[in-house]
Amino acid sequence: MNVFFERKYVVQGIFILVGIVLLIKLFYIQVIDNKYVVSANSNVLRKLVIYPARGIVYDRHNKILVQNEPVYDLLVIPRQILPFDTSELCRLIGIKREVLISKLKKARSFSPVKSSIIEKQLSARTYATFQEKLFEFPGFFVQNRTVRKYPNAMAAHILGYIGEVDERVIEKSGNYYQMGDYLGISGIEKSYEEVLKGRRGVKNIMVDVFNRAKGSYEDGKYDTTALAGEKLICSLDLQLQQYGELLMRNKRGSVVAIEPNTGEILAYISSPNYDPNLLVGRQRGSNYSKLVQDELKPLFNRPIQAQYPPGSIFKIVQALVGQQEGVLTPQTVFPCGGGYRIGGLLVRCTHNHPPLNLEESIQYSCNAYYCNAFRKMIDQGPYSNPQEGFEVWRNRVQKFGLGTKLNIDLPNELDGLLPTQKRYDRIYGKARWKSSTIISLSIGQGELGVTPMQMANLMSILANRGYYYIPHLIKGIGERKIVKPEYTKKNYVDINPAYFETVINGMEKVVQSGTAYWSRIPNIIMCGKTGTVENPHGKDHSVFVAFAPKDNPKIAIAVVIENAGFGASWAAPIASMMVEQYLTGAVTKPKYYQERILEANLINPTEGKLKTKKGKQL
Amino acid sequence: MFDKKNILYNIDRQCLVIYLLLVLIGWVSIYAAVFDANHGSILDIDRNYGKQLLWIVTSFVLGSIILFVDAKFYSTFAYAFYIATMILLFIVLVVGRVVSGNQGWIDIGSFKLQPAEFAKFSTALALARYLSVSGIRMQSLSTKITSILIIGLPMGLILLQGDVGSAITYSAFILVMYREGLPGEILFFGALTVAVFVLTLLLPQQLLLIGLGCIAVLLSYFFRKQKSYILMILFGLVFSVGVVFGVDHVFTNVLKPHHRDRINNLLGKEIDLKGTGYNVNQSKIAIGSGGFFGKGFMEGTQTKYDFVPEQSTDFIFCTIGEEYGFLGSTIVIGLFIALLLRLLTLAERQRSNFSRIYGYGVAAIIFFHVAINIGMTIGLVPVIGIPLPFISYGGSSLWGFTILLFLMLKMDANRMAIIR
Repeated sequence: MNVFFERKYVVQGIFILVGIVLLIKLFYIQVIDNKYVVSANSNVLRKLVIYPARGIVYDRHNKILVQNEPVYDLLVIPRQILPFDTSELCRLIGIKREVLISKLKKARSFSPVKSSIIEKQLSARTYATFQEKLFEFPGFFVQNRTVRKYPNAMAAHILGYIGEVDERVIEKSGNYYQMGDYLGISGIEKSYEEVLKGRRGVKNIMVDVFNRAKGSYEDGKYDTTALAGEKLICSLDLQLQQYGELLMRNKRGSVVAIEPNTGEILAYISSPNYDPNLLVGRQRGSNYSKLVQDELKPLFNRPIQAQYPPGSIFKIVQALVGQQEGVLTPQTVFPCGGGYRIGGLLVRCTHNHPPLNLEESIQYSCNAYYCNAFRKMIDQGPYSNPQEGFEVWRNRVQKFGLGTKLNIDLPNELDGLLPTQKRYDRIYGKARWKSSTIISLSIGQGELGVTPMQMANLMSILANRGYYYIPHLIKGIGERKIVKPEYTKKNYVDINPAYFETVINGMEKVVQSGTAYWSRIPNIIMCGKTGTVENPHGKDHSVFVAFAPKDNPKIAIAVVIENAGFGASWAAPIASMMVEQYLTGAVTKPKYYQERILEANLINPTEGKLKTKKGKQL
Repeated sequence: MFDKKNILYNIDRQCLVIYLLLVLIGWVSIYAAVFDANHGSILDIDRNYGKQLLWIVTSFVLGSIILFVDAKFYSTFAYAFYIATMILLFIVLVVGRVVSGNQGWIDIGSFKLQPAEFAKFSTALALARYLSVSGIRMQSLSTKITSILIIGLPMGLILLQGDVGSAITYSAFILVMYREGLPGEILFFGALTVAVFVLTLLLPQQLLLIGLGCIAVLLSYFFRKQKSYILMILFGLVFSVGVVFGVDHVFTNVLKPHHRDRINNLLGKEIDLKGTGYNVNQSKIAIGSGGFFGKGFMEGTQTKYDFVPEQSTDFIFCTIGEEYGFLGSTIVIGLFIALLLRLLTLAERQRSNFSRIYGYGVAAIIFFHVAINIGMTIGLVPVIGIPLPFISYGGSSLWGFTILLFLMLKMDANRMAIIR
């Protein structure tokens, strides 16, 4: 006991105070502040993404159009690298040494313990040889992914392609997509992205401070399995598509074939085309820019993006609308005399023939007949002025799926062109125009634009006698083969089915004894209409539309060959051969006939300037 | 009640139980921290927990020996122990092995001896011996100087090894001196120095000086009736200003870069989570993620997967915090506080000044280690590499603390005999 005895309490106080301070701080970081739990998880938890396989695409007969092919990404964990033979590695995976070194440097600065990609999408073949030597390169490892593979190398324009997501896409998707994901960029890859992509799986693993895997987290309680994308059944007929692509070689144009009683697209050819396998894998970038720069514009998706004045095939629409409006009957006769004259205007008719009735007007494609009919409809109809008549006419034409998108299941479809009153008011002044001013419309020229898809759809309407299903490429999604509801609805064009008979009979005669006589098919009645589209920029476009057989039609088809001249000379034979191929499985046309088509090269631009340029290049 | 025949009966059981509990908690924590499925046996001498088991057993032997040696031996040979350890501290400067920047280890066979750990109890003995001589009064200047020299010698030698952390622990003896009559003002000024030191690093110099001036004026106004207080306040102001200018010098010219970084880190002036701040950050993550109940034995991912460095030695508290949560942390801190308070009680009940002063020395040293060690793992104090008594892995440290504690237990058990 001494005088400073009471100082014991001060020392005790200090001990207790410090103890309390420690406990307060501990309580704060352990119980109150949650951020340390988060940090601890980010230290120790790694989410391994398991990429799902994209959905496989089959044709209508279950043949594979698009499948997946394994590729291998080469990754590196910089800290685990031991000295290795750089030139050997470069040789094995086929990259330059400088590239490898700069990528390694980048990887190291990103993180010494986390993996970085050195080279993407090594092919299975490259990987096979590389795999045997992989042990010589500690720190390197491969991760397998899948890329698309097109075993038949066709239908590039509809199958489309996939590519890696960019920042913009990631942001737009609300971070659903992550760096390294692929998504459909064009074609059905894009329009069916939602079902094709599948669902990513996640595997939670725990790692130590050197990022070495130490086992699954909570026995995989939070892991999810990857779900492969849904399979798609494409309505294409692989055989028909291949045959069509063969026929369209070295030609510029489109072929679209539709099954009228479903709207399913049987063939979809855009020529010139390209091998879809070019836009896959490591060479995608350079191949893509080559395709973009190609003067033939192989990426141009003609069936839904090229718009042509329909030419004579538009007479079919005119004949139907005219009947519905009460302007035409099967007995209606107009004189021809080599053309239609009004004021100083002359619309020439290519054939000078006696006055024709409705059926004959289709068979012989009389221009004068439709000029007269158009005038009667617009200027002389029950309407108070040509503008009102035009508006009624326009609404009727629009019902045929012209002038607006059909909304098929491909991105970037164009509307086509069907002029409005406003447009003519702007050109000629308000109400200062009438049928004679816009007479070109009557024969499908002038301010009209129709895509080959719309032409084929028109044939569907004829085949169905008055309605169509929206053309579409996917006839079944997933195992349950779901079809989008909008593709199972009949779209009526509001023309009395009775009015179709005369027109269809005329179309039958076109093939049996008219302009497309040389394209008739034995034992099958094909109804068609040729068109020769005036092209102010060069040689006329050759157009032919048809459906067959006449009763209970199975196929509707539109063929457009640019700068090829008469519809009867190129488009009609191609359509005829495809129809025959589809309906009978063989083509009976004589060999010389087939060879003429197969070997024709109509692709060289007829324009003088372009020709010399092309000539040098070829 | 008192049986001089049976030392085991006389020994303070509270202290002994707490000691055994802490050693056990330590071993379990080390086991959890370094466990690796490839090394299954708990006796595996290649693993830290295997070695620690060896240290624990030998510590028990050492403790028993201490209990059976005559208590007078320790007071008589207090200076001899002191001199012997000082010689060891010299030797280590010459032949010592450098481990992580500190030249503090002497190799003996395959084991490493760290003399600084043993200098703690010998300094406590020497200080107790010096201050317990009758006629020595803390109030006299010569006593103060001699005491500071006794403490300062090992401190200086350890500083020369480059081990700032261990050197700083000797400042704990200021508590002993305070108990023996060192004016309270010195304790106060000590605290003031630390506070001003920290503020100097945190605030711009001019702002701090203005602030200190304002506080002085306010205090003077408040205590304007008491002249002695005014004088104190004035002195405090001058002292603080001196510290402000001194700190700048110390900080830039005396401290090593890694100490500077640690202090800057702690004060939040530099946040470099990959560099110097890594340890503390990871340590906080480990402890903070433990929650209230902890993740359970061997379930601490942060410690198990080596995110926390030095996790069986200086950062052993992370394992406790992560695996046993706030509850476990509270128990460990509670055990330490209980031990410290009990030690004060033991000290105060001594009849001899020597054993009382030594008791305070033991409490002060343990207190300082616990406060600094746990404080650093949760980011309250800068990272100072000192072990958590009885818990951290390390033979020298466990032996040192065992000797420190058991000498006190022996003196206490013998307290009735000494006066006769």
